[in-house]
Amino acid sequence: MPMKIENGPFWKRVEENLQNDFMRGAVAGMQDRGYVRRLGVIEELGHWEEWRSLAEQIRKHTLENLDYYLMQLSENVAKRGGHVFFAQTAEEANDYIRRIALEKQAKKIVKSKSMVTEEINLNPVLEAIGCDVVETDLGEYILQIDDHDPPSHIVGPALHKNKEQIRDVFHRKLGYNKSSDPVELARHARETLRRDYLTADIGITGCNFAIAESGSITLVTNEGNADLVTSLPKTQITVMGMERIVPTFKEMEVLVSMLTRSAVGQKLTSYITVLTGPREQGDADGPEEFHLVIVDNGRSSILGTEFQPVLQCIRCAACVNVCPVYRHIGGHSYGSIYSGPIGAVLSPLLGGYDDYKELPYASSLCAACTEVCPVKIPLHELLIKHRQIIVEREGKAPVAEKLAMKAFRLGTASPSLYRFGTKLAPSAFAPFAEDGRITKGPGPLKAWTESRVFPAPNNERFRDWFRNRQKGGNPS
Amino acid sequence: MKVSLFVTCLIDLFYTNVGKATVELLERLGCEIDFPEAQTCCGQPAYNSGYIKDAKEAMKQMMRAFADADYVVTPSGSCAAMLKEYPRIFRGDPEWEEEAKRLAAKTYELTQFLVNVLRVEDVGASLPGRATYHTSCHMTRLLGEKEAPLRLLEHVKGLELVPLPNAHQCCGFGGTFSVKMGPISEQMVDEKIEHIEEVKADYLIGADCGCLMNIGGRIGRVGKPIRVMHIAEVLNHRN
Repeated sequence: MPMKIENGPFWKRVEENLQNDFMRGAVAGMQDRGYVRRLGVIEELGHWEEWRSLAEQIRKHTLENLDYYLMQLSENVAKRGGHVFFAQTAEEANDYIRRIALEKQAKKIVKSKSMVTEEINLNPVLEAIGCDVVETDLGEYILQIDDHDPPSHIVGPALHKNKEQIRDVFHRKLGYNKSSDPVELARHARETLRRDYLTADIGITGCNFAIAESGSITLVTNEGNADLVTSLPKTQITVMGMERIVPTFKEMEVLVSMLTRSAVGQKLTSYITVLTGPREQGDADGPEEFHLVIVDNGRSSILGTEFQPVLQCIRCAACVNVCPVYRHIGGHSYGSIYSGPIGAVLSPLLGGYDDYKELPYASSLCAACTEVCPVKIPLHELLIKHRQIIVEREGKAPVAEKLAMKAFRLGTASPSLYRFGTKLAPSAFAPFAEDGRITKGPGPLKAWTESRVFPAPNNERFRDWFRNRQKGGNPS
Repeated sequence: MKVSLFVTCLIDLFYTNVGKATVELLERLGCEIDFPEAQTCCGQPAYNSGYIKDAKEAMKQMMRAFADADYVVTPSGSCAAMLKEYPRIFRGDPEWEEEAKRLAAKTYELTQFLVNVLRVEDVGASLPGRATYHTSCHMTRLLGEKEAPLRLLEHVKGLELVPLPNAHQCCGFGGTFSVKMGPISEQMVDEKIEHIEEVKADYLIGADCGCLMNIGGRIGRVGKPIRVMHIAEVLNHRN
């Protein structure tokens, strides 16, 4: 699955998803339950705003010294006998991983959840050389066997599917004949996946946080699948975005605790695993060979720009879980594996404005995202930055909007023109008004009046009333 | 106490009654109202659409208009929040940075001003009926004001205030969003109205005319027996 989801232009995606009652119900339910759960765990922790400031400080410090920490990380991985590869592009990362798979003559590869491997579109590269690639995160597994249905949520990729749909997929693809009871479905997936773990030649993981001081990687799951992926196959490859790094265990502890609370409203997830290099003498399990692939793929060109705060992201999806736009249109409408507010900021940066020019506008700027972000990314402000670039640099703003803004500038920068313009407004709107309301508006008002009435401008502006009153005209 | 009123473009043009109520209310509480005629718009429509240069011209005009004011009071959480952003927007601009800081420091949203500066919670208003309050996003999240409107509404005689379910959720206005992303905005406002109906409110009260224009506009189109009122109108209401 590449970053871009091929499912048509923005409005077609939105219209389709607005019709999808099941998806919308599932998303709303997830958001409403998650809202309460998250508030519960942050209240229990206490001093949430101070924790956010600390987490922000950690992320900012790390990004400002990223070269230093990447060097330290790679030295420490190498010291423990691991291999580090810096991939500037998706192709370089995929080539490196393909070379390892060829070298190991790998037939089967098991993977734990990783957004960055989706971003670089790794699986087809490995499948092309004959590898059987198995996603082991339950959500990702369901999507993979359902002919690579794209993920609709960063943390809960199969959120848009209900248990009956999942049963049907299992029936079609795995010969499953039991009920749609989630426990039974999960048991079936577990049994199938267990055989895959035992026979896999390579395990591939993502990385929640790499720890520079020790060369370790941290994986956070509720399913324990990452532990099997990293302990059974002989070769482990961990793929990380180049910004997913913390200086020491101390900072890792803070960020993991922010991550699990923000992502799923849990104090801790069931499994938080820290792995350091390949198996050493006396270790009971673990891979014989360990590779860390550090992926740039456009990230370094975000560094040093006004969009740098987006690299603070720890992929918790708290912003997705409170977004009222995501609530109604769901993840697939974004056309990117990164959906919701973080997707609307990140996708145009990694994938360009041509494919994602609508996303910065798919927000009412309500700032719910900015409010919940555990590392204080000013998401709604970054959306405005995107709009500014689309208007000023890309020149992609609609003509009507440009004209309206020109009028705005003229009217608001000069008090006399403002007075003149607002004085004219009632007569300009008069042909459309009825009983002080406009039910069918001209120009951009049309989109408004399709679903709402618009108030007609008053013949007497507030300023007229006030002036008359000062003169002792009308008392009220 | 002299109060300079920033009435906002929406109220100047469309919601004159809200402006009148604001003036009457503040006067009743002993304020002397000054209305600088040179005021225009806080700049938000252009700023939020990415037309930063155009927005800045409006903002400069606002700084000029209110240069001599002691207190700038506005019946809009969203516009107040925009004014409070000026120092960030003009950071490093030798000509305007200090003026931006001065304006931001003396700007108050109406209910903030009543509760935190005038130190009054009971303004002597009365309005019989059942009401729910829409906490606007910019008022609560950007301005950070969550308490003042509720303190004031709790003291309105005869008014039964019921909490709005999912109050934290945006009503779908978002300025140009409501037009650019009309079909999505419509779903958002419909959900808001469902929640208002759920608590059987006679009145929907808010502190931002943008949200009220959106919610009221949809209520007007689908025909629901809910009256939409700005908090200034409620606080100025006496039987």
